[in-house]
Amino acid sequence: MTLAAQIQVRLDGFDLDVSFTAAPGRVLAVVGPNGAGKTTTLRALQGTVALDGGRIELAGSVLDDPGARAFVVPEARRVGMVHQDLLLFPHLSARDNVAFGLRAQGVAKAEARRRADEQLAALGLAAQAGSRPSALSGGQAQRVALLRALVTQPDLLLLDEPLAALDPTVRGDTRRDLRRTLRTFSGIAIVVTHDPIDALTLADDVVVIEHGRVAQTGTLAEVTSRPRSRHVAELLGTNLIQGVATGTEVQTGGTVIHLADAAEGDVFVTIPPSAVALHTAEPEGSARNRWPMTVASIEPSGERMRIRLDGPLPLVAEITTASLAVLQLQSGTEVWASVKATELHAYPR
Amino acid sequence: MLLAAVVALLLFALPLIGLLQRADWGNLLDDLRSPTSTAAMRLSIETSLMATVLAVALGMPLAWVLARTDIPGKAAVRALVLLPMVLPPVVGGVALLSAFSRRSPLGSWLYDVFGIQLTFSPAGVVLAEAFVAMPFFVITVEAALRGLDARYEQVAAGLGASPTQVFRRVTLPLIAPAVAAGAILSWARALGEFGATITFAGNIAGRTRTLPLAIYLQLESDPESAIALSLVLLLVSFAVLVGLRDRWLGGARR
Repeated sequence: MTLAAQIQVRLDGFDLDVSFTAAPGRVLAVVGPNGAGKTTTLRALQGTVALDGGRIELAGSVLDDPGARAFVVPEARRVGMVHQDLLLFPHLSARDNVAFGLRAQGVAKAEARRRADEQLAALGLAAQAGSRPSALSGGQAQRVALLRALVTQPDLLLLDEPLAALDPTVRGDTRRDLRRTLRTFSGIAIVVTHDPIDALTLADDVVVIEHGRVAQTGTLAEVTSRPRSRHVAELLGTNLIQGVATGTEVQTGGTVIHLADAAEGDVFVTIPPSAVALHTAEPEGSARNRWPMTVASIEPSGERMRIRLDGPLPLVAEITTASLAVLQLQSGTEVWASVKATELHAYPR
Repeated sequence: MLLAAVVALLLFALPLIGLLQRADWGNLLDDLRSPTSTAAMRLSIETSLMATVLAVALGMPLAWVLARTDIPGKAAVRALVLLPMVLPPVVGGVALLSAFSRRSPLGSWLYDVFGIQLTFSPAGVVLAEAFVAMPFFVITVEAALRGLDARYEQVAAGLGASPTQVFRRVTLPLIAPAVAAGAILSWARALGEFGATITFAGNIAGRTRTLPLAIYLQLESDPESAIALSLVLLLVSFAVLVGLRDRWLGGARR
């Protein structure tokens, strides 16, 4: 039940040609700057834009293949959608919004509502089941929209910038809940986003799109640790570490990372490679995060060098070629890495 | 400027004041309870409600076609729909007469085959009222359909709803306020209909003599009762205005 998409669309002088596959039970992030072709990709999968070339196959059936004159209309695709604007039906309660797809499938009203209530309760929204969308907070409305799309168990779930419309103060928690809900989804989930944090925290696999072409595709770990272009490196080439936070300390596999701002519970910590400083001896000074490391490999990335380090935690550092010469690094060299706590960010997971 | 505005306001207010001042308040209820008055009121209520039902039942699909489809000659269709709003009602009555009188092909066919005679019958009153009232419903609902974010309907379809389910469970509830407003406007227009009714359906007591016709007739014979009936229609008009205040009077809630 995989998705194989080769999407060729020409729209108003814009030329999109991207190919990727996605697997059930996994979350694929389609990442790229605004205008890269993310939304058109999404609409082609949804069926609101027809392909000019290529082919989309989902779970063994062809959704769109202009060469074979095959096209399945959006209503007939087993594709769920969470819009950026959510588009919850304003005249229906949260419960009836979630129950809508079940009712359309012919499930009796009482049963559909019971199942909707169950789903809402699982996301902590039992008290809001009877509320209209206008009475919900941004984060609550986002959860309801997600449940509405998931309740009919689509083969493919599309999420268009699911967190962009949210207030930054609730984005972290909503993202965590979205992540947990997507973990339980057995179909294919595709998250379209311009925010690298969404991709880093939600995705198993990543497609990076630039100027209508795939810049890089792979598992999240591959793309973050081995970005193939400067652009991808800037977007996603970061150190992503899972840990458990207590105040400003994060425990990760026996190593402690110090944060500037307190966090609590399961978190992701991002360490930008350019924030990792390398030293030949244990550094003096204020950086509280310092670890003895061994250079594993050195790769050029544009004007800079990416140094992959082994040690208490795997880390990638980015330094200039001049620094590389000064430090006289090569594979196997022992170095100290240090990072200022203010360079780190923690996100609930 | 201000003076002219005051004059304009007086133009509206003076007739109202005149009507209220000439009313015989002591005998008002007796005037309204007279058999002539009650017959006219009952007929008016019945025919105007039926005309409203007709306007809603036929106007809804028409509004939908105008708002959502790309049929050729749509501008001409819309002009045709709006024509009764600007057409002198008496001309509308003459036109209805030409089409549905027993001497016309359609009217004679209706009579010969079904035994239906529209002229000089309560059914004719309903038809005349619907003719002038339906445009109000159609333009109100069409505007609402145009203003509706079509993505809600797409979402509903994407969740597996059939076109009928989409209309019944999403489109209709979202435009419900406009449907109600359009129906009330149509009803108010139907209730006050005079010209087309008297021309097409005539002025037969108990059969086609609606409130406005009764008022006109009784102004000669029984002015007190004509004024009492006028006050009834005035009251209805005020009620409609209050009911639609959010839409028309720039209500604070919008």
